[in-house]
Order: sequence, then C-alpha cells, then structure tokens
Amino acid sequence: MTLSFFILGVLTILGAAAALTLRNLVHCVLALILAFVGLAGLFLQLDAQFIGFAQILVYVGAVAILIVFAILLTRGTESTSQSIVSPSWIISGIVAAAVFGVLAWTIQSSVASRHPLPPQPEATVKQIGDALMSRFALPLEVIGLLLTAALVGAVTIAMRDKQEMK
Amino acid sequence: MTPLTSYLLVSSLLFSIGLAGALTRRNAILVLVGIELMLNAANLNFIAFWRYGPHPEALTGIMFAIFSIGVAAAEAAVGLALVISIYRHYKTTNLDQINSMRG
Repeated sequence: MTLSFFILGVLTILGAAAALTLRNLVHCVLALILAFVGLAGLFLQLDAQFIGFAQILVYVGAVAILIVFAILLTRGTESTSQSIVSPSWIISGIVAAAVFGVLAWTIQSSVASRHPLPPQPEATVKQIGDALMSRFALPLEVIGLLLTAALVGAVTIAMRDKQEMK
Repeated sequence: MTPLTSYLLVSSLLFSIGLAGALTRRNAILVLVGIELMLNAANLNFIAFWRYGPHPEALTGIMFAIFSIGVAAAEAAVGLALVISIYRHYKTTNLDQINSMRG
C-alpha cells in the first residue's frame, strides 16, 4: 500500500463522510467534490487515465454543479433547529455497518484478491475509441438513446404546468 | 494486504457511507448524493478488477465504468428534476413530510 494510495483513499472517504453528515447543503456539495476528485486520483493510480479524467469532467464538472443548482432552487424551507437525519437513523446505521462488515469480511477471506500482480496494462484513448466503435458499438448507441431520453424526461418533469403559471 | 484488497476495502467503505447517507438523511437531494457515491464505489470496483484481473487488454472494466458513468449522469439529471418538481408541489424537500402520492 503506497503513500499516495493512502492519502487519496483517506481523502475520498473523508469527503464522502463529510458530504453526508454536514448540515449546510452547499458545504455538503463541496465535500462531495473532494470525494469525487479523490476517486479520480484513485482511477489515475489504477492506470485508467481516461476514466480518471472523465470522472472529473462528468462528476465535478456536471453532476456537482447540477446538485448545486437543485439546492439553490429548493432553498428557504429547511429549518435550522430540525434534526438532519430521519428518526429511524439507528436502524439504518446498523444496516449500513452490517453491509460493510459482510463486504469487508468477504474481501479479506476471498482467494480472488490473492493473485500475483499483473503487468501494467495499456488503455490509451485510441484503444478505448477503437473498442467503442467496434465491439461496444451497440451499448454506445443504447447509452446515447438513454441520455437523450433522460434529457427530454428531465426537462418535461421539471417544466412548470400551464395552470401553475397563472 | 494486496493492492486489490485495499482498493476493494476503500470501495466497500464508500458504498456503506453512501448507503448510510441514502437511508438516514432527510433531504431528498442528499439521498441522491448517497446514491451517486454508491455508484462511484461500483466504478472503483470495476476499475480495480480490470487493473488486477487476468485479461486487462480486453478493456471490459473500462467500458463498463464508462457506461456506468453515463447512466449515473442520466440518473442524477432525472432525479434532481423530480426533486425540483416535488419541491414546487410540497414546498419542501424533507422526505418525512412527503408522504402522499396524490396531488
């Protein structure tokens, strides 16, 4: 376990934990951006350059900004005295901790993670583009259709009704 | 501890944090944030298994992560549109107060 992996992992986990525990919603998004940047660093460490930069472009550049927009559009009703977690938070916390316990125990005891370290693979943007245009052409078209449908659906859902405008 | 194990542990911790947030937070936007974190943990798993798996030259893990990022972006757009639409109707994003499906 190298030092850079340790720093990036701690950054990601702390960012994620802060994003879901802070009271101020804008602070939550800033912590979330920290977690996304840490994850991008982890992807770069795993020799997946394209995914690392796509992570920064899509998550930090688009999703986080979209969440900030949604927070600013739905502002003004949250009272400061109210608790930020739902009343049944103890049960939910136990469920999440149990999920982590089972996953960690399985990972520690599995034989799949004891393989010898393979040589560094090559995944240049050219190879990824070739694969997307040949072997993965159909999934690419499907994801394009999905994104178009999501775009149209998001605009339709968020559009004001005509009666509401009057 | 091999590198793959440590990456998988980070990813499962991230997934559990996202799950805890999605289950406990009251604000609908932060529930969506928790779901995004869970999807990101899955992406980290894909990339880690691609890097330490037997056939990294097939690029399958990379492709799966690319499509997963695309689906997550579509999910965030539609989810936030739903939150804004619900906010217009109920004037709140507190999930405990949104308890009827009728308008």
